[in-house]
Amino acid sequence: MASRRSSPTEASPVHEALLDNGLRVLVQQVRTVPLASVWCWYRVGSKDEAPGSTGVSHWVEHMNFKGTTGIPRDKIKGIIEKYGGYWNGYTWIDQTAYTETATRDALDQMLFIESERMTSCLYDPADCESERTVIVSELQGGENDPEQLLDREVTATAFRAHPYRHPTIGWLPDLERLSRSDLYAHYRKYYVPNNATLVVVGDVDVSDTLGRVAHHFAAAQPGETGSRLRTQEPAQLGERRVTVSREGTTAYLKVAFHAPAIGAPGFFALLVLDAVLTGAKGLNLWASFRTPPPQRSARLYRALVDTGLASAVSGALMPTEEPFLYILSATATDGTRLASLEEAMLVEIERVRSRGIEPGELEKAINQLRARLVFESDSVSGIAHQLGHFATIADWQLYHSLHERIARVTIDQVGAAALWLTPAARTIGWFEPHAPGAGVDGVTQHSAATDPTSPISG
Amino acid sequence: MKTRASAGLAPVRRTLRTGAVVIAKESHATPAVTIHASFAAGSVFDPSDQEGLAYFVSRTVDRGSVNRTADALADELERRGVSLSVSCGRHTTSAVCSCLVEDFEAVLALVADVVMQPLFSGAEIATRRGEIVTLIRQDQDSPAAMATQGLSAAMFGSSHPYGRRLRGTVENVEGTQRPAMLAFHRARYCPSTMSLVIVGDIEASHAIDTACVLFEDWQQEPAAPPSLPIVAPPNGRRASIIPMPDKAQADIAYGLMAIARSDPSYYAHWLMNNILGQYALGGRLGDSIRESQGMAYYVFSSLDASIIPGPLVIRAGVAGRNVARALASIDAELSKLAGEGPTDLEVTESKQYLIGSMPINLETNIGIATFLQTVEFFGLGLDYDTRLPGLLKAVTRDEVHQAAVRTLDTSRATVVVAGPYTGSLS
Repeated sequence: MASRRSSPTEASPVHEALLDNGLRVLVQQVRTVPLASVWCWYRVGSKDEAPGSTGVSHWVEHMNFKGTTGIPRDKIKGIIEKYGGYWNGYTWIDQTAYTETATRDALDQMLFIESERMTSCLYDPADCESERTVIVSELQGGENDPEQLLDREVTATAFRAHPYRHPTIGWLPDLERLSRSDLYAHYRKYYVPNNATLVVVGDVDVSDTLGRVAHHFAAAQPGETGSRLRTQEPAQLGERRVTVSREGTTAYLKVAFHAPAIGAPGFFALLVLDAVLTGAKGLNLWASFRTPPPQRSARLYRALVDTGLASAVSGALMPTEEPFLYILSATATDGTRLASLEEAMLVEIERVRSRGIEPGELEKAINQLRARLVFESDSVSGIAHQLGHFATIADWQLYHSLHERIARVTIDQVGAAALWLTPAARTIGWFEPHAPGAGVDGVTQHSAATDPTSPISG
Repeated sequence: MKTRASAGLAPVRRTLRTGAVVIAKESHATPAVTIHASFAAGSVFDPSDQEGLAYFVSRTVDRGSVNRTADALADELERRGVSLSVSCGRHTTSAVCSCLVEDFEAVLALVADVVMQPLFSGAEIATRRGEIVTLIRQDQDSPAAMATQGLSAAMFGSSHPYGRRLRGTVENVEGTQRPAMLAFHRARYCPSTMSLVIVGDIEASHAIDTACVLFEDWQQEPAAPPSLPIVAPPNGRRASIIPMPDKAQADIAYGLMAIARSDPSYYAHWLMNNILGQYALGGRLGDSIRESQGMAYYVFSSLDASIIPGPLVIRAGVAGRNVARALASIDAELSKLAGEGPTDLEVTESKQYLIGSMPINLETNIGIATFLQTVEFFGLGLDYDTRLPGLLKAVTRDEVHQAAVRTLDTSRATVVVAGPYTGSLS
């Protein structure tokens, strides 16, 4: 092992090691339950995909559950379940992550699986073809939900240059075109130890765990991940609009603004502002969004839901490596015109942009976020996720400074963060439903600095 | 009366003189507490002409009390970072929240205020009415919701408490007024219909004592429960299509009448269902429809054994062109499991999984609270977590096979397909 450092936390320290092949290892002992959670993170996500290859990271993730040279295809089923555990994976814009959580006696098995996944997946041609249609089914299941459809279109409209614009699952024509060799090349390029972080949290002995990790991973050869697609989204010069018109029963509104990355100044102030507008969510993609935020006293809830214009409102500010989006969403109540809903939302946004927030709102938002950080750390898998996620998009030490960073946010900083919500940099999306046979399905995009309440609809 | 289990979770349970049950369990993983108050006030208690009333009440009950406006209540909870969720199911309605340990007493007092003295103001009723109508419209646009609602109605009949829609109809919701909501609250939110579970970083005795002080003077007698007629399996196979041509893929809901939770074969059925449509990535159904044929991203089965016999339901999302092939595959897997039974290895592995996964299921405060509510609802006993492994281990392969023979009769299946499918169903 090349180096080690430790960080004290409220619970127990996180031990960090860097293997000679570049694999970063984080181990934290948490003895509240007889469980261990293993996560293996790769610094590759849909932002690393070129046009024509969208969706390849996610498809590769699926393929990495289909057997390795050391774990034949017919031995996959139940490999973790027999220990009472679960295993899973997910892909997003910055990362691909795999996890196993099971009783502590399965630790060696979990590490074995991840080492095999890093080096020895099979990519059987028949499995690649079979998985193509599974992923198309996943995509079409998402398209059944109008709000997901609108989210995809708004994101694609908000970005012109940056690859954050394309959906993680990929565009359908790319999914129909990608070949086994495309998948395997992507796998071999990015699944190398020097592009990964391995996290173990649970009822484990630290030095024993580090020894086991070295045993399983030391032979993995480092590789060149090559130059990444790197571009900076140019400043948006005017409001953009997109209208999706399909059969449906319910109208949806989304307003997206460009937002700072996790490591940039202003991120935590914007997080506080989001808590003021829509209630605090926390920062754990794996755990936080399973429970609703405390939002009934939030500004947009009172302006849109309590007034009967919307049946639901939400805000999403995700921790990302590069500047992504802050998206506000609302579901129009039956009979409410989208123009009325949009106008009410924009009035509230303009109010906070021009006048900032009150001291009591700041205190409440910080209290909410403090509580959410406690709630989202109630499982070994939740803690392990956060360490690995922050290690992948920034620095794992950030995880232990969240309380402090949030507590330090001032009212002036929130006022400055509100300036991100500028009209010229927003993208407004409408889902306009029409009754069966009563309209033409379509997506209409419009860049406009003209009348924001008179969009073109398809 | 106070009782305590001797090992395992070992929660403490006390029955108040009013009949309310309070259960507490200490857990020191985080400085937080989860409060889970459950009432026998689910949709089965809807009056026959007021489908959706229980749901409407659940959406409104926490929107202000006689002591606090809705805004004041929200402010008091949310300045502590607390989000109170009230969810209505078929048999129960539950108010659930988590708070930091230092806020426990104040937050439990707010929950008590909400459930004992809701205001049901006209303004709140009007706003919630609009939300529910919108939710019903969203359901009408969801193939998954339409298929599952259609299946329940087809299997139990649309007037049976298990066949009715949770949210009711737009007409019912628009016609529901405050007196009906107050009457429902009086009849169903009562001490003797409540079980309150408190789990977290707090002494069990203090949690229970705090609850006793808040709830000891609450007097309210429940109305008689409605009858729940048992529905026999159909004599033949039934199938229906809900056309939604503009959707990207179809949802299949395939149901077979199964058993009640109290049935002696419950654990055999649990294992059978795990083997059929849950173990690993969707059990045998996942092996066939997802892994081998690449037809679906999700396919699984679930066993709904409740107070009366409920269904075993298989769900899958597939392209319209694959509906017939997916149904044929479901039929084939069911027939094979009923015909040949499971392998010894399948039974062993499913037992290992269901027993071995208990520590994960009981890791978090909310996980423990949900488990203890289930234990209380079905009267399984405070030591159920310690007995459960033995109950599963005792099931034989033949018993799992017999469960499959008894329930997996494809000639008595009810099938509903919602989505872009224009073919016929057999």
